[in-house]
Amino acid sequence: MQAYIIRRLLALIPTLFFASVIVFVTVRMIPGDVIDLMLSQNDIAAAKMGREQLEKALGFDTPMWIQYGKWVGNILLHGDFGRSLWQNTPVGEQLMARLPITFELGLMALFFGLLIAIPIGVYSAVRQDSGGDYVARSFSILMLAVPSFWIGTMVMVFPSIWWGWSPPMQFVSFTADPLGNLSQMITPAIILGFSLSALTMRLTRTMMLEVLRQDFIRTAWAKGLGENLVVMRHALRNALIPVVTLIGLQAPLLIGGAVIMEQIFVIPGMGLLLLDAVSQRDYPIITGVFLIVGVAVMVINLLVDLSYGLLDPKVRYR
Amino acid sequence: MASIAETSQAATRRRSRNPVLHFVGRLFREKPLGAVCAVIFVLFLLCGIFADLIAPYGYNQIAPLKRLRPPSLDFPFGTDNLGRDMLSRCIYGAQLSVIIGFCAAGIATVISIVLGIVSGYLGGKFDLVVQRFVDAWMSFPDLIILIVVVSVVGPGMIQIICTLGLLLGIAGSRIIRGAVVSVRENMYVHAAQSTGASTFRVLWRHILPNVMAPVIVLFTTRVGTVILAESGLSFLGLGVPPPAPTWGGLLSGSGRTYMLQGPWLALAPGLCLTVVVYATNMFGDALRDLLDPRMRGSR
Repeated sequence: MQAYIIRRLLALIPTLFFASVIVFVTVRMIPGDVIDLMLSQNDIAAAKMGREQLEKALGFDTPMWIQYGKWVGNILLHGDFGRSLWQNTPVGEQLMARLPITFELGLMALFFGLLIAIPIGVYSAVRQDSGGDYVARSFSILMLAVPSFWIGTMVMVFPSIWWGWSPPMQFVSFTADPLGNLSQMITPAIILGFSLSALTMRLTRTMMLEVLRQDFIRTAWAKGLGENLVVMRHALRNALIPVVTLIGLQAPLLIGGAVIMEQIFVIPGMGLLLLDAVSQRDYPIITGVFLIVGVAVMVINLLVDLSYGLLDPKVRYR
Repeated sequence: MASIAETSQAATRRRSRNPVLHFVGRLFREKPLGAVCAVIFVLFLLCGIFADLIAPYGYNQIAPLKRLRPPSLDFPFGTDNLGRDMLSRCIYGAQLSVIIGFCAAGIATVISIVLGIVSGYLGGKFDLVVQRFVDAWMSFPDLIILIVVVSVVGPGMIQIICTLGLLLGIAGSRIIRGAVVSVRENMYVHAAQSTGASTFRVLWRHILPNVMAPVIVLFTTRVGTVILAESGLSFLGLGVPPPAPTWGGLLSGSGRTYMLQGPWLALAPGLCLTVVVYATNMFGDALRDLLDPRMRGSR
């Protein structure tokens, strides 16, 4: 197990390296033009500094590979992501303040996604080809096509026309007012959960169908166990292992969806930080968010792989 | 005797007359839902191509006296806060979606083919490095990469097409690579190699034609992905800038302020998006089942 974790961590290094290069190169693709853009757009932050100072602040006055080395070195050694061009505060601090909010939204969305997907997936496998199965399957395919921002928009518009209800928009932190915070997060979390549930539901159904045909299930039936026990205890536990992998694969989707939900429901998480930074052309923040999101996805996938051993004793780490 | 020979000849002729027609027949017989979705997909395509002829009004034709009209015979989808006809705007939105969807999916497919074939066929260290790069690339959410790139290159149709093409192209190369790896070990490939065919010739004449099925499926599903991604970006105000009536853009910006007075403004663009993306996905699924049964169950 330990050797496996170490090997997995080592394998992460080249991927992390490429990820950091992608982030670095994407944001600095055309360094001169970025500065031209900042000056020509008359950004307050840019106008305050002038070209040379701006180049220095962004570190553009040295060769590309030195810039890259400095940037990675600062992050690795000091956790220093640079300073915001706009507020002149450390980017790292901002990221740390916003990360838990997006994390909370993502976790809640995942919870609702599984809450919707697993029971329906199990039901449509157990009652294969029944009316309910068809409804559930069509619904899941439909959910793949409905853009979450459209549902979000409709949730903002129609309840307020029909019942005069609109989702709370004034953000309160979880520590200040747990109930108020949850009541604000719950609507976007459910919407995100629905769009996540589509694939999970399909996979749960497929895996359940496969497991339900196996010998040990027939043995369980033959022993005279009740349906609940056979389905929940014997079948579901075995069917859920690939579903856990899917959670890892959906992590990028979840974070992308969170950006849109944060924008609609004005939740000050990473997504809103990124969008604000984009509108202000605050490059150190953009780079920071970009990198953190990529690393977060990799860590989630690593955790998913490691959790296999807990879920499935048959898996031996070699 | 002669008549039997004639009928069998006729039968052969009928069967081999037109592979496309034959395939369409199979699609309708074996996948009725897929066929319906294919029809919707084609209608969407025609709507996009002939938008100028179909749309009853111009997409930016302002009628101050007819502001915020609910859906009626004159304006089936209602009008917006400037009196612009929503139906026309949605039809022109289809045009933008067709252009962006097909161009970006085309670029993405070409990139996937080149990267996937080279990486899968050459294998070895090159493949290893490329695959780690693809790993890293795929750990970034599409939307985040799009937002960051657009923030650097600025919003605009060409930028979005290129970014989406590159983005989905690199991610899709995995699928093509998988197909290439399984084709690579076939006897006819070894035969071609042993007769001294150049690498390019092997790739072009022997590998590529045998991975065409996943390529076609990849292209179709990518059109849906691109349309959804572009609309998300437009919704955030980072897509094709107004007054271009993109479906995502119609749901955001100035339109949102008036949705409480005109809830139909929130319905039409979202409905267009959902129907088109749904039809594209189902059409892609049906194509996959007919063309490449091995891919069933994967996306």
